[in-house]
Amino acid sequence: MADPFLQVDNLSVHFALKRKGMFGAKSVLKAVDDVSFSVGRGETLAIVGESGSGKTTAALAVAQLVNAAAGSVKLDGEDVLGVQGDALRAMRERVQFIFQDPYSSLNPRRRAEDLVREPLDSLTDNTKAEKQQIVDELFAAVGLRKEQQRLFPHQFSGGQRQRIGIARALATRPEVIICDEPVSALDVAVQAQILNLLRRLQTEFGLTFLFISHDLGVVQHVSDRIAVMYMGRVVELADRLSLFNSPRHPYTKALLSAVPAVSRKDRAARQRILIPGDPPDPVNLPAGCRFASRCPHVMPICKEQEPMMQNVGTSHLTACHLTEQEEAAV
Amino acid sequence: MDPLLKIENLRIELQTRAGVAPVIDDLSFELAAGEAISFVGESGCGKSMTALSIMGLLPEGIGRVASGSIQFAGEELTTASRPRLRDLRGNDISMIFQEPMTSLNPVYTVGEQIAEVLRAHQGLSRRAAWNMAIELLDAVRIPNAKSRVSSYPFQMSGGQRQRVMIAMALACKPKILIADEPTTALDVTVQAQIFDLLRDLRRDTGTAIILITHDMGAVAEMADRVIVMYAGRKAEIGPVEQIIEHPRHPYTKGLISCVPHIHTPLTEEREELTEIPGIVPSLNDFGADSCLFASRCAWRTSDCTKARPKPVSFEGGQIADCWHAEAI
Repeated sequence: MADPFLQVDNLSVHFALKRKGMFGAKSVLKAVDDVSFSVGRGETLAIVGESGSGKTTAALAVAQLVNAAAGSVKLDGEDVLGVQGDALRAMRERVQFIFQDPYSSLNPRRRAEDLVREPLDSLTDNTKAEKQQIVDELFAAVGLRKEQQRLFPHQFSGGQRQRIGIARALATRPEVIICDEPVSALDVAVQAQILNLLRRLQTEFGLTFLFISHDLGVVQHVSDRIAVMYMGRVVELADRLSLFNSPRHPYTKALLSAVPAVSRKDRAARQRILIPGDPPDPVNLPAGCRFASRCPHVMPICKEQEPMMQNVGTSHLTACHLTEQEEAAV
Repeated sequence: MDPLLKIENLRIELQTRAGVAPVIDDLSFELAAGEAISFVGESGCGKSMTALSIMGLLPEGIGRVASGSIQFAGEELTTASRPRLRDLRGNDISMIFQEPMTSLNPVYTVGEQIAEVLRAHQGLSRRAAWNMAIELLDAVRIPNAKSRVSSYPFQMSGGQRQRVMIAMALACKPKILIADEPTTALDVTVQAQIFDLLRDLRRDTGTAIILITHDMGAVAEMADRVIVMYAGRKAEIGPVEQIIEHPRHPYTKGLISCVPHIHTPLTEEREELTEIPGIVPSLNDFGADSCLFASRCAWRTSDCTKARPKPVSFEGGQIADCWHAEAI
């Protein structure tokens, strides 16, 4: 991996919950708990996980759209977490966000061109003519026609709306774009258009992507490295090939084996690993490993001690007592 | 042997502001007892409308069966009376919906909701129905069914709610189970659990399954035969393996290759995703006498816009409605 361009260390996000009754104890939901990862310049890091794993919250915290409880976020070596005022605006210029739902993330009362220009208005001092030129270029870059600039969001299809969302994210020429499930609200045939577009834009604009998704097929297509999250923790972090070909954490294995395969060959090669039951209650997390209650290889130590992330190969990290023992035995 | 369900030249029309649009146009297929068939296609292609028409649940005053027939075990459903349909629904044909939160009643416990089905259709007493509900929850693998039967839907996870829906649908041992995107709202590991459950239930009870989905992976996992729908028309029908191996309709081809697949082992190479350019035609264009896919198709010739393609048959029962099916 190249030098880390976006470096996230020990990031935690806590949400305070309503007290139960007047004298109830204050409880805290640890949506993201001590998460670290880094992304090289021009690289794509995907965060995968199921609903409630904290992947979106982690992304929101990196973009400072929710407040982090602890940790640091460094952009090109510069600490950006918790900055305010002008420094925050400078950071927003460099880090932009593509949202999941192209229907609710665009203001229905503004025209497409206004939506794309909005970040330029609020974050830059460009002249009107410069802004118009940038908007024109962006519309061409994402494959929308110039005459569509005057239309309102409801006049576009889902795929076109997501193109507007992408153009808006590109407006300030950011270096990092956080894509939060950019294709999951779209029909499969349109997904391919958007995925190909994102890939082309990445090389064209030299973008660094933090890509949030629950769809492992999409993730293997777009990413260079992948972080797997479970209940607020990163359980495995590896590059694309070693994660998909030799996953080490039992959760990653189960997740991969659950994806339906289209071809008979792939289906035969796959070994189904069932994980019974549901994830634990995120407010009262059990002691030890959070996956222990569903893990097919659970050992006594798993219910007592939380496993730490450790190296199990070249830039392949995983947090599991079993792999720890396997590594020690080698 | 007579097929369990036989649909012939079905045409369903929907009343829209712009006029009448055929959302299902000349659809025919048969379903044998115990078979699993799958409908795939993008949103708005008529998959769900087909299911609703079999259930006799087309939106009243808006949708209607314009022509064609739906026969269940020899009995015509399009002309059946309301009480007869009500009798069939739940008893012989039942359905699981996409969103397990909105399709359960939030103010009744899941046990009451399952028991209601049994009391209405099989005339069981309260106590017998309640006990049966516990058994059904156990059958769909809800742990500790005896205490969970008194839970309200909000106390259950998405996967558990979908299991409750399945328990309800299976309460009267239907001959056909229609599953409309049963796992779209669920995580992959939960989806795998639900698929396992449906497969086992089908094996144990011999229920025929109609699975409606947009995911070719789910089709490959669950179904024997597949019907690819596009803009209210059948694009291709045939055995799942054969169609995945060699699709004869450009739309089927596109549906398979526009999704990134995980191959084992994964290699450095990344397959280029085929884009299906453009979007589905609007409802106003549905009735046209031409290939509705032509505007998005790479194989398009002048033939395609002149007339609606005729079905072309291949061995194994694969039929593709495309002017160029032989060449593809």
